[in-house]
Formats: sequence, structure tokens, C-alpha cells
Amino acid sequence: MAWYLVTRLLQMIPVFFGAIFIVYFLMFATSGDPTAALCGDRGCTPATKAALEAQYNLDQPFFLQFLLYLKGVFTLDLGNNFSGRPILSVIAETFPNTVKLALIAIVFEAVVGVTLGLIAGLKKGTWIDSSLLFMSLLLISVPVFVLGFVAQFVIGIKLGWTSPTVGAGAPIQDLLLPGMVLGAISLAYVVRLTRNSVAETKTADHVRTATAKGLTPGRVRNAHVLRNSMIPVVTYMGADLGALMGGAILTESIFNVNGIGYQLYRSINMGDGAMVVSLVTLIVIVFVIANLLVDLLYAVLDPRIRYA
Amino acid sequence: MSTSTESTNPGGRRRADRAAAPTATGSSAAGPGNTPLLELRNVGITFKTTTGDVEAVKETNITVMPGETVAIVGESGSGKSTSALAAMGLLPENGRISEGQVFFHGEDITHPSRKRLIALRGSEIGMVPQDPMSNLNPVWKIGFQVRETLKANGLPHADKDVVQALKDAGLSDGERRMNQYPHEFSGGMRQRALIAIGLACNPRLLIADEPTSALDVTVQKQILNHLEKLTKEKGTSVLLITHDLGLAAERADRVVVMQKGRVVESGPAQALLQNPKHPYTQQLVRAVPSLTPEDIGAADEGDAAQEIVQIKELVKEYKIRGSWGRSTQFRAVDEVSFTIRKGHTTAIVGESGSGKSTIAKMLLGLEDITSGTIHVDGKDISTFSNKEWFGFRRRVQPIFQNPYGSLDPMRSVFRSIEEPLRVHKVGDAKSRKEKVYDLLDRVALPRQLGDRYPNELSGGQRQRVAIARALALDPEIVVCDEAVSALDVLVQDQVLKLLGQLQEDLGLTYLFITHDLAVVREIAHDVCVMESGKLVEVGSVEQVFENPRQDYTRRLLDAIPGKDLLEV
Repeated sequence: MAWYLVTRLLQMIPVFFGAIFIVYFLMFATSGDPTAALCGDRGCTPATKAALEAQYNLDQPFFLQFLLYLKGVFTLDLGNNFSGRPILSVIAETFPNTVKLALIAIVFEAVVGVTLGLIAGLKKGTWIDSSLLFMSLLLISVPVFVLGFVAQFVIGIKLGWTSPTVGAGAPIQDLLLPGMVLGAISLAYVVRLTRNSVAETKTADHVRTATAKGLTPGRVRNAHVLRNSMIPVVTYMGADLGALMGGAILTESIFNVNGIGYQLYRSINMGDGAMVVSLVTLIVIVFVIANLLVDLLYAVLDPRIRYA
Repeated sequence: MSTSTESTNPGGRRRADRAAAPTATGSSAAGPGNTPLLELRNVGITFKTTTGDVEAVKETNITVMPGETVAIVGESGSGKSTSALAAMGLLPENGRISEGQVFFHGEDITHPSRKRLIALRGSEIGMVPQDPMSNLNPVWKIGFQVRETLKANGLPHADKDVVQALKDAGLSDGERRMNQYPHEFSGGMRQRALIAIGLACNPRLLIADEPTSALDVTVQKQILNHLEKLTKEKGTSVLLITHDLGLAAERADRVVVMQKGRVVESGPAQALLQNPKHPYTQQLVRAVPSLTPEDIGAADEGDAAQEIVQIKELVKEYKIRGSWGRSTQFRAVDEVSFTIRKGHTTAIVGESGSGKSTIAKMLLGLEDITSGTIHVDGKDISTFSNKEWFGFRRRVQPIFQNPYGSLDPMRSVFRSIEEPLRVHKVGDAKSRKEKVYDLLDRVALPRQLGDRYPNELSGGQRQRVAIARALALDPEIVVCDEAVSALDVLVQDQVLKLLGQLQEDLGLTYLFITHDLAVVREIAHDVCVMESGKLVEVGSVEQVFENPRQDYTRRLLDAIPGKDLLEV
């Protein structure tokens, strides 16, 4: 187990450097002249341009730029972004908002999704099952921005239950609605996955044996069907946690959440290479850690899996 | 022993029997005056399917008296498990008792309330299910699974009670065992854990659904002995479900034979076996390999035959991963030497894990040889180039155990059989087609079956297809790895006869891997007995069976169910 953890953590090193390098190279190769975006429509004087290039190491060859950036990563000094703010402080300000949003989404999809999936799986073939499947299909087919705008309009503006946009500091009550919108599509997948998994497990031999012991149906369901059905669902949600943190661009824009998705979108538009690379690297790390947690959670759910 | 054939229900006389059956339940074990513990009276069980209702069990009468062991025998799909499970309300969701009544100690439990059913299960009627691999929940410790049985039935469930239940079932060292997970148990240990669960609450009736068919014959014997001892001590009635007539006759007071959802014959075990009345029972009795020692292999011309395979000091080692990346060596095959005679059948027998399949895999080139040599026709197979392997594989063909797993479900029977011919570029499309039809004829399958897919065939038909495919390239050696172990006894008999016929016609050499000694006696000329990787005994089938030199061989032979019945 300890050995497994060590090898997995060691594997993160090449992933980490590889991701930084690829993103850095792509930014370098695609963005035209980054300083043009900084200077606006009127353009800069050659002197200003040279000064800017020196400040962001843009006058150096690619590899040196990359190495200088790496040095920044290790000294925890990522430099400033194009708006002149230290990148680290931008991350410190936006990342917690995204984490809060993603956690709300994942809790929502886990609790509601697994419950509905369990009901559908146990009632497989009935009208309850069919209508839950139909609703999940509907949810999957609606683009997230349509869902976001409709929810914002109906719940936030017409009904006035929550604030339609997220205020400064992103308080939890403001994040509830965006969190649910963000988790909605994954929720539909969780319902379907749980439903299929439960329907399969409930006909398993060991469940019949459990019934033959004289256990109540409730106990058979909780101890023998639900736990065994959770393995594929946990896999999905683990991968999804990474996706929710990095892929909340649309939801964050609709509800005006100052998160990393929103920042990433702006930085890409501005060609702010250092900022983009830093954010993407952060997302990569989140992905890798989320996957590791899922793998460790497997062993908790299924004792047959032992890491050696 | 009473010779009454109560609840016999052959086709025509159903009406008359219906009234007579309940009163005619007599058993010498319990006396005619007692109330039967379990009684199925004219039970019909219907399954709802997409193509309409299917009546899986019809007009079935089964009676179990207190303290009695009754065996239901029949092939898969005969309704034997369904009838027994219906008594516990364990039918699948789409199944229901559509006719007749079920009584438990005089109480009508045909359609009991949910509460009554939960009360009955475990404490009144226990179950030992068929497959020990799939019947324990893999995510809970053994102790947890025993404890919840005790708890659900209102019995004391402290650690010592769990340990005691495990101990009763033959798992000593219960303190350690209860903290292990099912995957840390061998098949035999799991079955004992399931017996512990089934008997934990001292039920009056135990339904044992093929409790040992997934186990090695020696383990099977231990477990059945233990189960018998326990139920005798506790006075538990047993409803034993099995496809093995020999086992049923050996273990049960009375035997009920089912075919296609109906009871065709029933009566005291010995009488039924010695004097079967119904044609189906007669067929079953004839097909039990241990009861009819007949040689269906080709005639043995003594030692004149040429040795086609020579195996010398063969060793196979596997690396087992340990903690912190260290690995240890595990010797699966340990310096094994023997020869295979041309045109003869050599059987390798042993329990699971004895290394018998590993030898077959090395001969087929599916596993690398660690050390030692295999010579086929004087050539060392470990020196073969890829091209030589390709040619060699035409001459050595396998037939595997699981006929459901070894055929590609996406290919028709025709294409499956034709594939080796295409791969080896034999003939043109027309001649290949003729060859395939010829092969189908040989394995006695109708030609139009060629267009079907594996899921449309029965187990026996699939195994015939697998044989036809193996024979497509006219091989000299056929390696049968448990080729008949998954088949019902009648089908097994047919397939063995087919293999014997093919050997006679084509002069094939068989290497037959099996754990079933009864099958070995029927088909083999030479026998190799393996125990934990080592070859412990080699000899002709007569030598090994009549005069076993090793204790281990003797134990294996003694464990064949129904072995002594013929001599009685």
C-alpha cells in the first residue's frame, strides 16, 4: 500500500512537467504577439514594447523562457499577469471559489444522483424507472448554458429564491444554484450508472444468499446491493471532480463567479501565456490527485483490490 | 427401506395421482403418521418472459419428512433448483408459483406474507447455494456475513458465536477466519463459510443447491461428509439438489428425478438406482461414468505404439509480487516427466492448482517453459521459430473447458469452424465449405446449424462445435482441458463417446486434463496423477485404478461419489 502510494506520487512528476511543457509550448506557438493585446488598439512605442518583452522574458529563446518559468514555479514566484497582478494572488483569490462550486456540484450529484439511481435500479422496468431515465436523458441533451440561463432567469429573477449572480467573496448561498447547474449533467450520468449497476447487483447470487439468510429487504439493499454497486459510480465521480474544477467556464461566466475557469477564459483571450500555463498546471494537478483518491477509494469499497 | 414410488408422476396418470399423492407420502425414515416438513403439492411455477409465460415447473410433488435427506436429480433446466427455491420465496422477480401449494410443517406457505417469509428464511429454512465463488458478498468480511445471519434471526451474535458457527462448519481458527474476506478463502473454505451461514440458525430444513459441484472431488467428499454429520446431529432435513445421480444415491434417503419441469420418478435411493423404471432415469443411470465402467477409447495395443510427446523434467515457475516490489518464485510445475503414446489417451488428473493445466498450456505454446524440455516427434518445441510454431499449431489443437467462453459470440458456427482453415490458407472457399460441413457431420451436428450463433446453441452443441473447430486442421494431438467438466451427465456421456469414436476413426492422440476420475476411467489409456505441481503416479488406467500405489491417488479414487454403489 505504502509502496503503491509512493510509485503513484512519483508518477505525478513526469505528468506535472510534461503538462507544463506542452501547455507552455502551445501558448508560445499559437499566440501571435502577446504585447499587442496589452497595448490596445493604438499600439505601443517600440521602447515600451521592448520593456514589456523584457519584463515577461519574451525576448529570450523558447527554452530559456520555459526554464525561467520553471524556476518561478519552484520559487513560488510565478510573476505577474498582463494586468500586473501577481499570478499567485489571482489563483489564491479564484481557486477557492471554484473548489466551493465544484464541491457543491459533486455533493449534489452524489446525493441526488445515487438516490434516484438506486430507486430506478430497484424498480427497473416500472414507470418510475422509465420516467427517471427519460428525465436524465432530457438533462443530458440540454446544453449547460441553456440550463444555466433558464435556471438563472426562473429561480433567480422570476421567483427570486436566490441571487441571480454570485456576489463578491462568493458566499455559499449564492453558489448553490450555479453548483446545481454545474452538477446537473453529471447528475444525469450518475443516475444512469447507478441504476444499471444496482439492477445488475440485485440479481447477483450473493444478494439472493443474503435474502435467504432472513435479512429484511432494507438491510439487503443497504448492505449488499448499494455498496457493491458504487464502484463504477465512484470512478465516474472521481474523474468528474477534475472536470468540474477545470470545466466550469460556462457556468462561472453565466453566474459571474470569479473562479479559475472564468480566469482561464480571459487569459486565453488575452494571450497571457504565464497565466494560462499556471492555471492549466493547477487543473492538471487537481486531475491527477482526484484520480489517485479514486484509486485509493476503490480499495476501501472493494477489499479484493490490494495495491502492491 | 420402503419401495413405494410416491409422487411418481409420469405423463398420463396425473389426475389420479393428484388426489393420491399427498396421502401416499410414506417414508420409512420418519413413519407414515408424521406431518411432512416440506411438501410441494402439484406445484406449477411460471416465468413471465417477453415472449409470454413459460411454465418451468409443472405438477410437481415433492415431500421431505423430518430428519430425512431427499435429493432432486436432473439436468440443467429441469426445474430442480426452481422448485426448491420457490419454497423459500427466492424465485427471480419474473417467476411465481402459479399452481398448487407449498406446505411447511403443515402451514401453507405458497404465498406467505413478507413478514412470515423473512421469519421463515434462515431460522426455519436455511440455504447452501451452488457456487461458492459468487455467493459470498466480496466486500464484507466472512465474520460480518455470518454475524448478520445470526442477528437477523434474533440469535446471540457476539464474536464467540460467529467463531462457533464457523467451527461447526469445519473452519477451525475462526478468530482469524472471521476477519478475512471471501477472496482470501479457497473454494472449499468458502463453501464451508456458506454452510456456516446456512446452518447458523439451526433451521429445520436445509436446501442445498449443488453445494459441491464447483469443488474438487476430495474437497467435495469432506464437505458432504461434514454436512451429513451436522444435519444428522441436529436432526435437520436436507433437500439436496444435484445433477450427479451417483452423489444423490450415496447421500440421500430418497431421490426425486426431474426432467423438463416434471417429476418423472421418485423413490428410495438404492431401489431407484438398481431398478430405474422411467426411461429417463434409466438413461441417467447408464450415463453416470462411475456406475458404468466401460472403455470407450480406442483399443489398446500395448506398448507397441510410438511415443509422440516426450516431456522431461518440465518446470514452470511464476513470479508472485510481494510487498514493496519484491517478488518470490512459485513452482506451478515441478520436474514433471512423462510420455504420450500416439493414438492413445493420456489423462492428467489432480485437484485445482495441481499444475495440470499449466502443462497443457506449455505443450500448446501458450506459456513459456522455465526449464526442462517437451519433444514432439523428436523435436524440442522450445527451439521453434515463429514459423515453426505456426506449422506446429496445426498439429496440436486445444478444446477448452467452458463452451460458453471459448466460442466468439459474434461469429456464426460456420465461421468459427472455418477460421483455422482460413488462417492456415487451406483450400479455396468451396473446399473449405465442404470441409466444414464434413466436420459438422462428424460431430453429429445438423448442417443448417452452421448459420447459427453460439448463444442459440446448448452447452453440448457448443462443445461439439469446439471439437469440430479443433479438428478442422486435421491435428494429430488434441489437448482437452476439462473439455467435458461443464456438461450435464447425459451430454458429457455423448461427448465422451464422440471423442472415443473420433479417436478410432482418425487415430487421434488425446491429452486429457480433468479433475474427474470417473471420466478418466472411461476414456483414458494412461493416467498421470498430479499433486501440487509434482507428478505422483503414472501408469495405465487399470494399474492406477485397480492398484493405486500412492495415498493421494487412493484418496482421489475414494472420493468419487457413488463409487461403492455398484458393489452393494
